[in-house]
Amino acid sequence: MTVALETRGLCKSFGALTVADRVDFRLEAGVRHALIGPNGAGKTTLVNMITGLLAPSAGQVLLGGEDVTRLPQSARVKRGLGRTFQINTLFREMTVLDNVALGVAERDGAGGRMWRSAGSHGRVRAEALELLATFGLQDDAGRRVLDLPYGKQRLVEIAIALGLEPKVLLLDEPAAGVPSLESHRILKCLEQLPASIAILIIEHDMDLVFRFAQRITVLVQGEVLCEGAPAAIADDPRVRRVYLGERHG
Amino acid sequence: MKRPAGYGADPGVRWTEWLPWIAALAVFFVLPEYLLFGARILTYILFALSLDLILGYAGIVTLGHSAFFGLGAYTAGILAAKLRLHDPLLLLVAAAVAAGALGLVTGAVILRTRGLTQLMLTLAIAAVCLEIANKATPVTGGADGLSGVTIAPIVGLFRFDLFGKTAYLWCLVILFAVWWLMRHLIYSPFGVGLTGIRENTVRMHAIGAPVYRRLLTVYTLAAIIAGIAGALLTQTNQFVGLNVLGFEPSGELLVMLILGGVGRLYGAFVGPLVYLIAQDVLAKQFPQYWYLGIGLILVLVVLFARGGLLGIVDTLVVRASGAARRSAAGDKPPPYAA
Repeated sequence: MTVALETRGLCKSFGALTVADRVDFRLEAGVRHALIGPNGAGKTTLVNMITGLLAPSAGQVLLGGEDVTRLPQSARVKRGLGRTFQINTLFREMTVLDNVALGVAERDGAGGRMWRSAGSHGRVRAEALELLATFGLQDDAGRRVLDLPYGKQRLVEIAIALGLEPKVLLLDEPAAGVPSLESHRILKCLEQLPASIAILIIEHDMDLVFRFAQRITVLVQGEVLCEGAPAAIADDPRVRRVYLGERHG
Repeated sequence: MKRPAGYGADPGVRWTEWLPWIAALAVFFVLPEYLLFGARILTYILFALSLDLILGYAGIVTLGHSAFFGLGAYTAGILAAKLRLHDPLLLLVAAAVAAGALGLVTGAVILRTRGLTQLMLTLAIAAVCLEIANKATPVTGGADGLSGVTIAPIVGLFRFDLFGKTAYLWCLVILFAVWWLMRHLIYSPFGVGLTGIRENTVRMHAIGAPVYRRLLTVYTLAAIIAGIAGALLTQTNQFVGLNVLGFEPSGELLVMLILGGVGRLYGAFVGPLVYLIAQDVLAKQFPQYWYLGIGLILVLVVLFARGGLLGIVDTLVVRASGAARRSAAGDKPPPYAA
C-alpha cells in the first residue's frame, strides 16, 4: 500500500517541555486512521506540525513520499493536505457560501484574480454549493456563519477542507462540543467521504472512533504507545491501563 | 446600504453608487468659489480610499500611511521644481512608482510582523520619512516647504487656474478611475480573499492561500494610490509642506475613515468630506478650539455608531424598511410580539 503521509522521528519541545518525542507515524492511502490519547498527549501539536502551522524541533514530514518539512502551509495544501480545526476556525462574518468558495477558489487557482468579480466565477460557486448540498447546508448558503448553530458550523469546517480536494484529510476532533444527537449527523457525513481520501481523525468520542477507524494510533505524552487495528487496540492491556481505563475494561 | 462582496454577490453598480459623482459634478457648477477646497477634499477621499483598502479590507492597522502620501507629494514637487518635469500625468506616474516602491520595500518588512509591532513599525517609517524631508533642505525646502512648483497644462490643453476649476476636475477624473479599479478589486476573488485574511488569517493559511504575498500586493497597491493622492495635492497647491508627512496626517486620515465608516468603500468618501468641512467651518468660528469639535464628533461616532456615519444610514434604512414591511402587513404586530 502506498503511504499518503508519514512522519519520521518528529520532535517538538517548548523549552524543557517535550510535547512530541520521535513520533514515527504512517497514514496509508485511503485508510481511516484515528489518533487517540489522553488530554495533553500532543495530538493537536502533531497535526499542527504535519500541516506546517508549527515547525518541528527535529524530524521529517513526508507527504506522498515527498519531504515537506520545510514547506509553508500553502505549499502543503497544494500538495493535497487538508485539515479541520478542533476549535471552529471560520470566516465568521462571511456567508457559508463564501467560507467554502474561498477554499475552492484557492485550489482552483482563481483566488488571486483581481479583475473579474467573485460572483461571476460560476464554477467556483457551483462547486461550493454542491459541497454544501452534500452536507445538507444548501439552505444556509446565504447565512453568515456566526448565525449558524454550532453543529452546522462544525460541518462547514469539514466542507471547507473537502473543497480543497485533499488526498490527506486531518480531522481535529470534528465532533468536539457537539451534542451527541448531532454528532451522529457528523459521523454520517464522515462516512460518506470519498474512499480515495486518507483520513487521520483525532477524536475523544470512543464510539465514533471505533465505528469509523480502520486503524488506531495511541499517543501518550508525546510518544506513540502502540498502533493497530481497532480490535487489537481495544484488547491491548497497555492501552487499557493508560487510556481506556475501566470504562472499556 | 453595505453589501458585502462575495461569491454570492452581484457586482453591478447600484444607482446609489452614482450619487457621489453626480453630487461632485453639481458642485462644480453650483459652488465655483469652493473648487480649490473641493479639490482638496477629493484628494483626501483618494487618500482615505487607499487606507480603506488595507485597513478596512485586509485588516492592516497603520499609523504611517502618510509616508506614501508625502513621498508622492514630494516626488511630484521635486521633479517639477528642481528637474523641470511639469507634465501632470507624468508626475502622477512618477509619484505612483516612488510610493509603490516604498510600499513594496517597507511592506516586505512590516507585514512579517503583526499587532503592536506592526503598528510601531509603520509609525517609525513615517517618522523617518518626515525627518528626511525636514533635513534634506536643498532638495525638499525643509521646514519652509518646497515652492516654485509649476505644473504644465494637462495633456497640453487644460491649464491649472487660480480658481481650481482644472484641479477639481483633474482630481475628480483620477478619483473616478481609481474608484472604478478599486471596486473591481474588492469584488474580485482577490478582494474577497482580503476579507478572509482580516476575518481569519489562520484559516486563510489552512486553505492554501499565499497570505503574505496577498498582503504585500495590497499594501503596495494602497501605497501607489496614496502616492497619487499626494501628487494631486502638490499639483493643486503648487507647493509641498512638511505637514504631508509624519504621524499627524496619518492619524488625521484614520480619524476621517473611522468617521465615515471602515471597510465599506464609501466611508472613505463621507469621512473626509464631513471632516474637512467641519474643520473649515469650526476653524472659522472657533480658531482656538476647532479640534475640540472634531474630537466630540469622533467620540460620538465611536460611542454610538461603530460603523461610522454610513453605519447610521444603514441602521435607518433597516428600520425604515422594517416599518414599511409592517405597515404593508396591515399594521399587525408580528405574531411573536404578543
